[in-house]
Amino acid sequence: MTTTIENPTPPVEVRQTGQPGKAPRGRTLTILLWPIRHWSVVVAGAVLVVAVLWALVPGWFAHSDPTAIGATDKLLPPSSAHWFGTDRLGRDQYTRVVHGARASLSGSVVAVALGVAVGSVFGALAGWFGRWIDAIVMRLIDVVLSIPGFLLAITIVVVLGYGILQAAAAVGLTSSAAFARLIRSEVLRAKASQYVEAAVASGARSSTVLLRHVVPNSLGPTLSLVTIQFGIAIIWIASLSFLGLGAQPPSPEWGRLVADGRNFMASEPYLVVYPALTVAAVVLAGNRLARHFAERQKR
Amino acid sequence: MSSDVTPRVARDITAPSGPVLAVEDLSVGYQAGRGTKTAVEHISFELEPGQVLALVGESGSGKSTIGHAILGLLPTNGRLLGGSVRYRGRTISDLSGGRLRGLRGRAISLIPQDPTVSLDPVRRVGPQVEDVLRLHTSLDTEARRQRVHELFELVGFDDVERRYRQFPHELSGGMRQRVLIAAAVAVEPDVIVADEPTSGLDATVQAQVLDLIDDLRRRGGTSVVLITHDLGVAADRSDLVGVLRDGRLAELAPTAAFVQNPQDEYSRHLLDNVPARLSFVTDRSGGTPSGDPEPAVEVRNLSKRYEGHTAVDDISFTVGRGRTFSIVGESGSGKSTTARVLTGLTQATAGRVSLLGTEVGTLNTKAFRPLRRDVQIVFQNPYASFDPRFDVLSVVEEPLRSFQPAGSARRRRQENRDRVVAALEAASLPASFLHRHPRELSGGQRQRVAIARALVLEPKVVVLDEPISALDVSVQAQILELLVKLQSELGLTYVFISHDLAVVRAISVRVAVMRRGRIVEQGEIAQVFESPASPYTAQLLGAMAGRQLAGR
Amino acid sequence: MARYVLKRLMHTVLVLWAAYTLAFILLTALPGNAISNLINNPQNQLTPEDGKLLKAFYGLDHPVVVQYVRALDALLHGNLGYSLSSGVKVSDLLGDALPGTLRLTALGFVLGAVIAAGVGVGGSYARWNWLRTLLRSFPALAASVPSFVIGILILYYFSFQLHLIPAVDDGTFLALVGPAVTLGVMISAPLSQVFSASIAATRRQPFVHVLHARGAGERYIFGRGVLRNSSLPVLTMLGLAVGELIAGSVVTEAVFARNGIGQITLNAVNTQDLPVVQGVVLVATAGYVLVNLVVDVVHPLIDPRIRADILAARSKRTKRSTGSTPTGPGVDEAMSPRLPEEVAAR
Repeated sequence: MTTTIENPTPPVEVRQTGQPGKAPRGRTLTILLWPIRHWSVVVAGAVLVVAVLWALVPGWFAHSDPTAIGATDKLLPPSSAHWFGTDRLGRDQYTRVVHGARASLSGSVVAVALGVAVGSVFGALAGWFGRWIDAIVMRLIDVVLSIPGFLLAITIVVVLGYGILQAAAAVGLTSSAAFARLIRSEVLRAKASQYVEAAVASGARSSTVLLRHVVPNSLGPTLSLVTIQFGIAIIWIASLSFLGLGAQPPSPEWGRLVADGRNFMASEPYLVVYPALTVAAVVLAGNRLARHFAERQKR
Repeated sequence: MSSDVTPRVARDITAPSGPVLAVEDLSVGYQAGRGTKTAVEHISFELEPGQVLALVGESGSGKSTIGHAILGLLPTNGRLLGGSVRYRGRTISDLSGGRLRGLRGRAISLIPQDPTVSLDPVRRVGPQVEDVLRLHTSLDTEARRQRVHELFELVGFDDVERRYRQFPHELSGGMRQRVLIAAAVAVEPDVIVADEPTSGLDATVQAQVLDLIDDLRRRGGTSVVLITHDLGVAADRSDLVGVLRDGRLAELAPTAAFVQNPQDEYSRHLLDNVPARLSFVTDRSGGTPSGDPEPAVEVRNLSKRYEGHTAVDDISFTVGRGRTFSIVGESGSGKSTTARVLTGLTQATAGRVSLLGTEVGTLNTKAFRPLRRDVQIVFQNPYASFDPRFDVLSVVEEPLRSFQPAGSARRRRQENRDRVVAALEAASLPASFLHRHPRELSGGQRQRVAIARALVLEPKVVVLDEPISALDVSVQAQILELLVKLQSELGLTYVFISHDLAVVRAISVRVAVMRRGRIVEQGEIAQVFESPASPYTAQLLGAMAGRQLAGR
Repeated sequence: MARYVLKRLMHTVLVLWAAYTLAFILLTALPGNAISNLINNPQNQLTPEDGKLLKAFYGLDHPVVVQYVRALDALLHGNLGYSLSSGVKVSDLLGDALPGTLRLTALGFVLGAVIAAGVGVGGSYARWNWLRTLLRSFPALAASVPSFVIGILILYYFSFQLHLIPAVDDGTFLALVGPAVTLGVMISAPLSQVFSASIAATRRQPFVHVLHARGAGERYIFGRGVLRNSSLPVLTMLGLAVGELIAGSVVTEAVFARNGIGQITLNAVNTQDLPVVQGVVLVATAGYVLVNLVVDVVHPLIDPRIRADILAARSKRTKRSTGSTPTGPGVDEAMSPRLPEEVAAR
């Protein structure tokens, strides 16, 4: 059932001009209305921009030192001086959340980069060469994916040791199997596609086919997984840190902040709530943007 | 079959006088963005009991929208903008959902477009037909099952109990369509909307399915709204023809009158472009003006086996230089595999293939490459054969770059561009198309781009794999015309693969009929069409729609 | 069919062995372990002889390959080795902790499935537009909140504020509710996402249109066609959700200070107690892989096309998969959990 109405075909077909041109006025209106119709995308983008700025230039947002201990300011509730209150050592919680962005975000960047890098190498090799390389890589992926992911990450942390980078590496390595599998299937899909066949039939060299057709067309679908993986990586790294397996004190990583505040939850819930909501907001914003780009790509 | 001229109105009908279905001044639109696009406008027609109305039109003409509107099943963004649908004098287009549901399937039923996806894949087919009885009758379980068995017999199944228990994927396309027809006639509706009921089916199956609908209609005095893109089918199978163009009814006339003497200019245009009426081969006798040309393509005892089955089984043929040789067959006949062997996309298992004097049968893809300068292919679906990231220039330029030293692309940019423009012009496309994306082009334009890509290297042999079967009739004619023109200008040799006998007759001198991997018959067009030697060819010819038109 | 089940079972065993080996390789790459920590800690005042004795007891004085073969041999006899930090049998340690964790994950699983079913059906069919919109935004929201945040919020409001559930595990069912809801919400995110997406996709299928044309109402169509078709991807997802449940239980048990596999894992990690880590990985992987085996066996029962593929695969065993030929999830792909595309795209 077609829901879009094609331009009817007049008898002399060359006259047809494909998409009907839009009136210029309608176009400006569309552009002006875009932020209103996609307000959630705009909000998500703003949240992410702020989070990234927190990570890059925390000094713009919080002027005090995240590790400065204030002996007289312990466990103060949120106020105009301390937006998110202060922790048990009198450190300004807002400052710590702002500075925590760097650990959380850079950790997830490292994790995703590692996952994509390892995953693409294995996936592309398996998909392009096929045969025994494919068989081995696929079995390897099977095995890695058969271990519950977070547990595998924990196991890798045991080997690598504690720390934000180690946690990021663990998350990245764990996710690489999923990337490898996706990239392999995309390479296979592109390889079997008719445009690749048409390129071969028109005389293209196999290097051309790989570099001009297969690789670029395999990347698109991978991108949407990459954007989603950012959110997952933030959550996992925060979870590892929450369990004490990631960032170590006094680093103000977000999961760490939640873990630290847990003991004061009955009396000082704000110590937990603000960092927790920060993680949720950033991940939510990231996923919203990821979905937006996935939808646009589909069109 | 229906070549007889008996009136189609059933005799034993005791329905009240007056039309069983009337559509009055119907307009339907779809919401797109903030506006509404009108899909059909001011459609009016009446259908007497037992009559068949064929709604004909090219893609986007709005014919399916009318079918949906009659059933009250417009997509969620569809809106009735005006007019009404009346069933037995009662307006049904403004009924509430519940009351309309009572009519659907019981009074007006649907035979859907694509049988392969119109059945629930995880349910047995018997119970799916039973749904209609469950919804509209008070029969008990046993009676329902009994009735479905009867219906299955009616649509020509033997071993109905086994069929009842089968799943859709265990049935062929034609059989699935029979199941859907059984469901459509289960409670003896007054009107059946048949929405392209045979699209995607092979010609012989198409004829069987249409015969079945005809037969059931005649028995039950049912009226049919037959929605089709195929004027041949419409001419063979209807009492009334409505021609749709841009959502308007260009002409509504009794079929015989319409075929003899179409009133509307667009109708005439459509009729003139029906493949059955086309002919681009001036010399019908097939006699060669200057003796037999040297062969461009020679195939001897070619076989291609895949694991489990044989796609091509010991076929031989020769194509003379500058000639068109057609291979015709239904799906699974091995014609496309033959095309793939000829273009080096797959290797033959046995036999010899010689292209322009080079043995290629067993060359692998890499060794075949030098030959591609001279042998190119045009695929059925041009859009799928273009890299989705490429614009027209990149698509057409690709073969040129393939045979230029790597890295010289920048130096040759202007030269390549000029050659691409020349190829586009040869395919009757303006140079302004260079930086358009195929997405923005119509089906015919895309196929012209594909043809330009095939020609840009100035090859000698072009394999055309169903190059026009995805296109509208009038566009088909234009592309055929273009192909013929290019052949005479450039001296091209064509191997033309098609399922459509009428098209084959219009374009080629020699033809081979394939079935299950074998060539059952080959020879001059005239001879094969006038006095087929093989019963299968005769069957194919018999199933050809549009003989009413060809015989004018 | 029996052959198919047998084949999957064998594959499962192989995967388990490979996973165990992988974990072994990973963990032997580790420079330190609990024993060497013990020996090297000057506070313990161990003589080199004591150290040797300890190493010999745990078999650590042998080359890695010998250690591996021994471990494998012991494993076949149901022996997972001894904890390095407490000397207790790993199997006893896990056996004690498992029931609590199983209860928790089972309840979490059921809750997750119920939430997902409600969100999926409600988000597609609810009468009010606002409710549909609300329910449809649930999966994305739930997927964005880390499980420890959900757990802490539940703990804060329902224990500390409302005093509805105990803050520590007192062995009652009520104490199970908090962590189980945490897990349920966590896994309901991907489940409801897949369910909603596949209901929507199924309702766009032409066969649903045909059912409408036969005069069927939404309820009838849902019951007879949409439900079954759209639960197929959910089934796969249910198998994958078990992996998340296991991971989630580690975090959740930490939040609610419950004893269980999670607690043991954390202790083992903190003390570099390798045999225990190894044992946890093995048990969790076994549970995960077994659930997916069940999914694989149930799948063809629901979907006749996969049944047909299995039969066809037997006759055409050698056919090389090109990726374009759709093999049913049962045939070659099923064992490895994978995210359906709808999830990846959302």
